[in-house]
Amino acid sequence: MDVLTVDGARKRFGDVVALDGATLALREGELLALLGPNGAGKTTLIRAIAGRVRLDGGEIRLFGKPLDGHRTPPELGIVPQELAVYPLLTARENLEAFGRLQGLSRHDLAGQVKWALEVTALGDRADEPVKGFSGGMKRRLNIACGVLHRPRIVLLDEPTVGVDPQSRERIYDMLVALTSAGVSLLLTTHHLEEAEARCSRTVIIDHGRVIAAGTLPELVDRTVGRHRVVTVRTNAPVDTPPPGAEILADDPRLLRARVSNVARDLPLLLGALVAQGCEVEDVEVRGPSLQSVFIHLTGRELRE
Amino acid sequence: MIATLLRIAWTNLRRDRVAQALTFVLPIIFFSIFASVFGNQGGNSTARIRIAIVDEDSSELSRRIADGLQKETALRVRRTSDAEGTGTPLDRAAAERLVRDGDVPVAIVLPRGLGHAAMTFGSADGVASPRIQLLADVSDRIAPQMVFGLLQKVAMTSAPDLIMQSGLSQFERYAGKMTPQQKSAVKAWLPRLKPGGADAVQAKDSAGGVLGIGIDTVDVMRQGRTESLISFYAAGVGVMFLLFSVSGASGTLLDEVDSGTLDRMLSTRVGMTGLLTGKWIFLALMGTAQLTLMFLWGRIAFGLDLFHHLPGFFVMTVVTAAAAAGFGLVLATLARTRAQLSGMSTIIILIMSSLGGSMFPRFLMSESMQRLGLVTFNAWALDGYLKVFWRDAPVWQLWPQLLVLMTLTAIFLTLARTFARRWEVT
Ligand SMILES: Nc1ncnc2c1ncn2[C@@H]1O[C@H](COP(=O)(O)OP(=O)(O)OP(=O)(O)O)[C@@H](O)[C@H]1O
Ligand SMILES: [Mg+2]
Repeated sequence: MDVLTVDGARKRFGDVVALDGATLALREGELLALLGPNGAGKTTLIRAIAGRVRLDGGEIRLFGKPLDGHRTPPELGIVPQELAVYPLLTARENLEAFGRLQGLSRHDLAGQVKWALEVTALGDRADEPVKGFSGGMKRRLNIACGVLHRPRIVLLDEPTVGVDPQSRERIYDMLVALTSAGVSLLLTTHHLEEAEARCSRTVIIDHGRVIAAGTLPELVDRTVGRHRVVTVRTNAPVDTPPPGAEILADDPRLLRARVSNVARDLPLLLGALVAQGCEVEDVEVRGPSLQSVFIHLTGRELRE
Repeated sequence: MIATLLRIAWTNLRRDRVAQALTFVLPIIFFSIFASVFGNQGGNSTARIRIAIVDEDSSELSRRIADGLQKETALRVRRTSDAEGTGTPLDRAAAERLVRDGDVPVAIVLPRGLGHAAMTFGSADGVASPRIQLLADVSDRIAPQMVFGLLQKVAMTSAPDLIMQSGLSQFERYAGKMTPQQKSAVKAWLPRLKPGGADAVQAKDSAGGVLGIGIDTVDVMRQGRTESLISFYAAGVGVMFLLFSVSGASGTLLDEVDSGTLDRMLSTRVGMTGLLTGKWIFLALMGTAQLTLMFLWGRIAFGLDLFHHLPGFFVMTVVTAAAAAGFGLVLATLARTRAQLSGMSTIIILIMSSLGGSMFPRFLMSESMQRLGLVTFNAWALDGYLKVFWRDAPVWQLWPQLLVLMTLTAIFLTLARTFARRWEVT
């Protein structure tokens, strides 16, 4: 079931077209990655869903109901791109403050704060001012402040930017735990490997338009195709590359080939090399990555 | 909800020592400097002092004194019931009211029989001769003394010929007629005693000794108080720093915009209106605390009579702080950055403070400056405080000031809410 749909969202800022008919759907309980180069319109889209950007056109529906656009609906949790916490308040005070402002009752609040401190692993430092926290700790707190009131949908704008791998692991653990509790999450990120590993589906947006959406295999099929890239290193330069393979310009001992069926094609390739009298030192087989899909779709040019 | 907003703001203030120092310590230091420099000796102004003259005598002498005072460049004289000089001549009661209301710092009453008494050297009929009265607010140390001095000078220089003439007729009465030669000598000499005559300056000294004109200063306020200017500077410096600290503190709004916390707030159940309301209440409470501390310090260190004026003080302080808080929010919602805010507010506040009498008492400014001052927030607040501390006005008499300040508050809050719209939705 789609809990959130965006249909043909348009937004201009002066001459800049931030959203140009973006369309996407968030399903119940999924972790959806919204990917796109800098300036693609990700933040604008999230702010539009939160009711902070007035769209020039298009419609946003939450549980089937169109948004009126003024207030952020209470079913929504927002985790902004900025570290939107009070540096002079402690972690606990920040959580309590935002929890209260989200409308949690005093009793409910205590439990939720305890839960949040636990999942963010900030329990030990709960009573220290946030300004002394590391970037990862602040990020985790930033996320916790947005999900404290048990929203059914959470929008996270770059929740893992500037944090170490350990913290990122922790953050994704938090997010996956939320999805298993039935919460639907939409997150933007530039960490493609993690999106690949942890997210159920991916939406790629560029120039304000959604240019691809689906699971990774679906995207791969539709873009780069399912072939594998095989790289072979030999002990000596190869004179004539076997059919379908090419010698890399910077190292004549390296061969690269695109194979669509590894079981069938790889032995043929290696056999041809051995027949030439080469000794094979190393073989690497790489499947299509989200990175390759992303670059394929959005090009190599720098943005912004 | 509001309580949570207050707690956030309070915790932020509690953790920010610099903001605390700016809010509470710096104004006290400034106030102490002002109060010690000016408070104990009075200022020296080049502005004209406004006085009212009541001529009950309508004699040649009283007319000359009044005219003489009118010619003094240091004075701006009012002799009629309306300020333009067209109404009926002032009477004593009206003049007293002008002083009491602070329209003029001093009124001079030239009593009936003054001219006659002067002519007879006070010895006529054996009754005590009437004395000129200076109706003044004696807690104002500057104006009455200046006027006193000028009055002495004018009384002695404006009418020596009259007095001499009457002296001569008295002389004739008791000592017999003068010879024709004596008379012609006097005739030649008398004009030189007229004001502006060649010997006028010496006449002042010589005539002073024989002039039977006494001057009494009458305090039309309840009693003389020594703290006079202390309360002025407590209010003046207090209000100025209130504006500074409130506009500085409202800058947290800009910090919150930068850090994204404002955005986050707006995604909670607090709307922009609630957010601004919370900020406004906090700033008003902080301002009230600041002003209270200021006046308490005035009480402790300078003997300001705070405790006899508590109701008026309290009402003025709360309303002033509320208006200042609104003002701070307007500046913060108008500014794009912190730097802009501090630059803008410094300039606006310094201008308002000097025009509005925070740095120099407005009653010593020229009339046009006084009128100009009324466009400022400070003038109304200070007028209110002066009513309380100088005129012992009951709270209800503060209504014009309170009305203006509350109207300003409403305007400020409306403006701030309007300007804040840019953060709400883009
Ligand atoms: N308030 C605004 N005023 C003017 N232009 C804006 C505003 N917000 C966004 N834009 C422009 O709209 C475009 C989309 O910006 P947006 O922040 O949505 O991109 P993004 O995908 O979040 O980028 P990033 O990955 O860098 O965060 C950009 O060109 C940006 O400059
Ligand atoms: Mg962004």
